[in-house]
Amino acid sequence: MKVAYYTGCLATLSAKELDSSTKALAPRLGLELEELEAVTCCGAGDIHEAEPDYYLHLNARILAYAEATEADTLMTICNVCTLNLRQANFMLQNDDVLRERVSDNLETVGAPRYSGGVEVKHLLWLVAAGDGYEKLKEVAHKGLKGLKVAPFYGCQILRPSKLMGFEDPDRPWSLEAIIEACGGEAIDYPAKIKCCGFPIIQAREETALGELIQPIEQSIEAGADVMVTPCPLCHLSLDAWQQKLEAQEGKTYQMPILHLSQLIGVAAGLEESELKFKRHVVPVGPVLERLEAP
Amino acid sequence: MDVALKIWRYNPQSGERELKRYEVDAPEWACLLDVLDIIKDRVDGTLAYRKSCRMMICGSCGMRMDGRAILACKERMKPIVEAGHVPVISAMGNMPILKDLVVDMNPFWSKIRAMKPWLEPGYEEYPEGGEYRHSQEQMNPIHKEALCIMCGCCVSECNSMEADPEFLGPAALAKGFRFVGDPRDTEKIERLELYNSEHGIWDCTRCYFCNERCPKGVDPRDAIAKLGAESVKEGIDRDLGAKHAKWFVRSAMTTGWLRETELVPKTQGLVEAMKQTKFAISLARRGKVPIPFPPHVAKNVREARALRDLVRTQGRDGALGHVQGERALARIEHTEEGGAQRDAPAVTPGEKPPVAEG
Repeated sequence: MKVAYYTGCLATLSAKELDSSTKALAPRLGLELEELEAVTCCGAGDIHEAEPDYYLHLNARILAYAEATEADTLMTICNVCTLNLRQANFMLQNDDVLRERVSDNLETVGAPRYSGGVEVKHLLWLVAAGDGYEKLKEVAHKGLKGLKVAPFYGCQILRPSKLMGFEDPDRPWSLEAIIEACGGEAIDYPAKIKCCGFPIIQAREETALGELIQPIEQSIEAGADVMVTPCPLCHLSLDAWQQKLEAQEGKTYQMPILHLSQLIGVAAGLEESELKFKRHVVPVGPVLERLEAP
Repeated sequence: MDVALKIWRYNPQSGERELKRYEVDAPEWACLLDVLDIIKDRVDGTLAYRKSCRMMICGSCGMRMDGRAILACKERMKPIVEAGHVPVISAMGNMPILKDLVVDMNPFWSKIRAMKPWLEPGYEEYPEGGEYRHSQEQMNPIHKEALCIMCGCCVSECNSMEADPEFLGPAALAKGFRFVGDPRDTEKIERLELYNSEHGIWDCTRCYFCNERCPKGVDPRDAIAKLGAESVKEGIDRDLGAKHAKWFVRSAMTTGWLRETELVPKTQGLVEAMKQTKFAISLARRGKVPIPFPPHVAKNVREARALRDLVRTQGRDGALGHVQGERALARIEHTEEGGAQRDAPAVTPGEKPPVAEG
């Protein structure tokens, strides 16, 4: 299946490992990625909050370039991009007057018009159900051999469920299904659907760390070897800010954090040059060595 | 039908908490509140919970069912019974429990009061004609916020408030926008200054639990975004949260992509950023601090810059930028398969209904 591929910002910046592992994995899952080149940042929650009309136009422009590829699906790999693009898409699809105005503006600046013909889907949803899931079971042959994996969903792939609609935001199942298809054991803990604190980690670090501590400590207590998340912002918070949490609490956590594409990538036998675990702050090596032992 | 419930009881005298199971016979139309009434009436008169109107308008019966904040009068029991499920009922979160399902709402009310929840109309006498008139269009921006019944369901699950109990929170901030967006109010700037405090607008972590839980469709997170948009529009942007947001706008206009490495000094200032040097080096060693030169520039980025210049001339700045999408978003409904459908009626509450001909 051909999909338009939107990397978002982080996967081309501090989370390059997410982009490289996604690109390496996609053909094995039957996904033909057409990377969008002329697109910008979706604005995160920030442009949405500060300049909502500009947010709508930036996202409409991304959707318009996706539509121009003639793919039905725009694939995202970040929770925040997913919410922004889906929200803008529903606004444009359900209001003809608004869509005409935005399309006129896009045309004025030289971008393609948008007719509302694209659906925005996260990689997680493409792999957790349907053909993607069948392919996953075929490619995850290397397996995770009983690895205890704590799924961490983050917020903006679950809520608002009116805009997401893929699964019950309080009882999600998609990451668990993928972990188990890869031969791992999914660990359950209450904070898996809560916030990692990232959106306010620059402006309100203390509050953000107060949120981050819940998934980290609960997943350790539940016996997880490793955590997995479908969002590069959650990843940055969980992986890079973990050391700040350790300093604040006077504890050592050293909980390795995997991107979704890396978790499947390990099970599918991708190379280190594609997985790029060296780019993680908390080392992933010790967990992987345990996997390779007989 | 036979209904089974488990209720987290709390005795303030002894400090004991206990999960007790109850089984009662209830009519098929019973909601959770009806079942609680039956338990209190026939099984255990000491069970404590709040209630009044029984029709989703007083906001008294907020509590948790299976960990989700709900109104007891809104939850029908029949599908739960038919599924063979025994739900766990407990008190709301983020507020101290007084007894059983009753929480202390004082912190909630003090935050509502801190918003100055009354109109400052800027006149003392009525005009000569007897009334000031406003159009429906003028009132549409606060249509959703005006629906709030102050039940506390949004506050119960607020992730920022768990970490910062002083956060004004979703209910109070939604109430704040109800006045900021009211065309009759004359203290918009004073209000925005007030709500830009340390525990105000920019303390929201955008977890969207409030939108998910609100039983009345207020969408408090969206109200907070409207306050942020109005603040930036009015130049009230001293908060680090506002500076952070403005750097995203700047990035989109100049390179198209987030200028990630400059985000910290642009948000926190150079001096504060320098204090983070040790942390930054630890990230740089892992490639987490991308070198900003040469910048990663999106193809055709000129379009993104021209778009901003263009939309700023079209009068949809500030909260109106959010309001313009509400009509479309209100049309999304769940289908059984998940996802959304688009065949909802063309009339949205708060807008003028079509006038019948003849």
